[in-house]
Amino acid sequence: MAGLEVRDVSVRYGASSGSVRGGGSAGVTTAVDQVSLTVAPGEVVALLGPSGCGKSSLLRAVAGLEPLSEGHVVYDGEDLAGVPVHKRRFGLMFQEGQLFPHRDVGRNVAYGLEIQELSRAEREARVTALLDLVGLAGYERRAVPTLSGGEQQRVALARALAPRPRLLLLDEPLSALDRQLRERLAGEVRVALVETGTTAVFVTHDHTEASAVADRVGVMDSGRLLQVAAPGELRAAPASDRVAEFLGLRG
Amino acid sequence: MDRDSARLSRRAAAPLLWAAAVAVPLGFLAIFFAWPVAALVVRGFMPDGVVDLTGFTEVLLRPRTWQLVGITLTQAVLGTAFSVLLGLPLAYLLYRRSFPGRSLVRGLVTVPFVLPAVVVGVAFRTLFAPGGTLGFLGLEESLAGIVVALVFFNVSVVVRTVGGLWERLDPRTEQAAASLGASPARVFRTVTLPSLAPAVASAASVVFLFCATAFGVVLVLGGVRYGTIETEIWTRTTQFLDLRSASVLSVMQLVVISGALAVSARARSRREAALHLVSAQGSARRLSWRSPQDVTAALVGAAIVVGLMVLPLAGLVARSFREPDGSWGLGNYVALGTTGERNALVVTVWEATATSLRVALTATVISLVVGGLVALVVSRRPRSAGARRAVGTLDGLFMLPLGVSAVTVGFGFLITMDQPVFGVDLRTSGLLVPVAQAVVAVPLVVRTVLPVLRAIDPRLREVAAVLGSGPGRVLRTVDLPIALRSIGLATGFAFAVSLGEFGATSFLARPDGATLPVVIYRLIGRPGAENYGMALAASVVLAVLTATVMMVAEQLRDERAGGEF
Repeated sequence: MAGLEVRDVSVRYGASSGSVRGGGSAGVTTAVDQVSLTVAPGEVVALLGPSGCGKSSLLRAVAGLEPLSEGHVVYDGEDLAGVPVHKRRFGLMFQEGQLFPHRDVGRNVAYGLEIQELSRAEREARVTALLDLVGLAGYERRAVPTLSGGEQQRVALARALAPRPRLLLLDEPLSALDRQLRERLAGEVRVALVETGTTAVFVTHDHTEASAVADRVGVMDSGRLLQVAAPGELRAAPASDRVAEFLGLRG
Repeated sequence: MDRDSARLSRRAAAPLLWAAAVAVPLGFLAIFFAWPVAALVVRGFMPDGVVDLTGFTEVLLRPRTWQLVGITLTQAVLGTAFSVLLGLPLAYLLYRRSFPGRSLVRGLVTVPFVLPAVVVGVAFRTLFAPGGTLGFLGLEESLAGIVVALVFFNVSVVVRTVGGLWERLDPRTEQAAASLGASPARVFRTVTLPSLAPAVASAASVVFLFCATAFGVVLVLGGVRYGTIETEIWTRTTQFLDLRSASVLSVMQLVVISGALAVSARARSRREAALHLVSAQGSARRLSWRSPQDVTAALVGAAIVVGLMVLPLAGLVARSFREPDGSWGLGNYVALGTTGERNALVVTVWEATATSLRVALTATVISLVVGGLVALVVSRRPRSAGARRAVGTLDGLFMLPLGVSAVTVGFGFLITMDQPVFGVDLRTSGLLVPVAQAVVAVPLVVRTVLPVLRAIDPRLREVAAVLGSGPGRVLRTVDLPIALRSIGLATGFAFAVSLGEFGATSFLARPDGATLPVVIYRLIGRPGAENYGMALAASVVLAVLTATVMMVAEQLRDERAGGEF
């Protein structure tokens, strides 16, 4: 199958990877508990849940930053076990603090391109196009500390999209921003992802943000994936009280 | 299948490289530190291959031994107490208050710490000598005189370590305490001081270490009347060829220092505890002449800077321009091209200067490679608990040379490196002195670079990896550029430390390969006003060299990153 397939993935902390099977022993926390999820090419899926529900751990596991305790992460039919982070051709965006302080805006965006064999002109054209896409045209020579929080996240988005990742992972990318900016940027992120045809997983604890950005929303709680559906469907028929609660349908 | 095997070999390469990164410094430490120290211990306990404690009992029964231990501890306790007491107001003044000329004073306060011990010794000796500016105090060859010089040296350690934390303490906790009705004194006692405690403890233990192992200062200032364990090891070895007593004393010194180091390590781990820190920018308020605490701090600060720092250094420079007959002139500097009155030296002072620079350059390269690798390995946070413990152990191991005195290193080298190491005879290769100096400088390199590497947000490396950078490329494009300034600073530190290194070098340098500090010590030990004048001029040359190196390196200090020294 094309796209991302997460099959029965578990992530546990407090033990060396793979050494504890079945969980439950003292000192071991199960952050992700046998989650399965598929993301079709070009689709944007949001993972929604309270902090500590395991959504970020799942995202890091897909990126290859956390070892799986169980299960498989498969992309375009290839099992990614043993494929190191830098060979996965994914993109990643964090909440904050991810821009390289020693590089200006342009060289931050160019970072992933420098690894690909592109001519200087191609690289520069791509940087210009992406800064344009995120509304920061002409910001190439700006230093990172001079940017506002919203601008920093736009640069991070441009940087993540620049190498044309086959999957973009966004870990609460807007949560450090104030509400107004967050709402506006959620729409812009959606436009950027659709325009570039990027397949993406978007982690958030804000249900309006999830609905604004994603084609489908997965609700997570205590390491488990409770329900995955299109926002409207989810609202119309929440599978449980917990799901309804996260959607803000109940107090 | 092919792709899988290629992938496997690539994955196997990374652990191999890490293994090499661990093996090089560990090998260095084993050969040039553990072996000499072990040889010392063996020589103390088993002089003829069998356990024989008579040497121990003999040394331990000498009243002079206990007198030396007493003097060493008294000197270290007094030196530490006064450094902390005087350092705190100065740290407050220089890091919590702003006033015109603050950065100049900050720079001035740094100078003593990087000055070679021999230079400091000569400066205070000149001050305390009969006929010197403070000759009337009668401090020549006394405990008090040495403590003053030690405080001069170490107050900057306290100021920098404590000040660095103080300026980044969130002022809001203090403001909250004040709004709850606490007086300024009470705020300081109940909020500020407890927050600073880890830095104070860390600084105090480092200063204690430096005071207990002070060598050059004590040797130059103490003369024949005053001695510590450290100088006794040297005297026993070089004057009486009594290697056995020297070994026993070295073992005693190791015991004293290990205790101090253990305290230091605990203080350091607590220092990284959860304090809420803010950016240093803008946390300092203007100095107010209406606030009693500001006025006190300003007065204490002025007294320290003028009395303890400017006076001895200005005195040294002034005296270096005095001819033996009392007139002013450049005679002492002209004499640096000679081997001194009645050929006190084998080489001219300028030749020794060239040797010093050459040796320091080699030592710097060695300590950067070894220290850089240690910092790199220790800055990693491996996933498995076992590997994390191993990394912690490595960190601790490389702090050991900081505690073991340079004299012990020099003495250990003397008794072990008289044979070829892996087919290289270090004595004739000219590497013996640089390697010994590198042993002393490596912990400084680690402590300068490590905090910066540790402070790199792991997400930067993760983002770089996701964007397609392999581990090597992450190192080159993320870690290296961010740590570059601290590596430059560490280079300066290592170079300055090597230039001024006296403890180990005094054991190992041959007369025709004498470095500047060795030559200075030899000159003040020889009779003749001309030789003493040359020693003063040579001290000024050495001080200017080290200060220049440090000033260049200090330009690279990253104010955001902090660091231990």
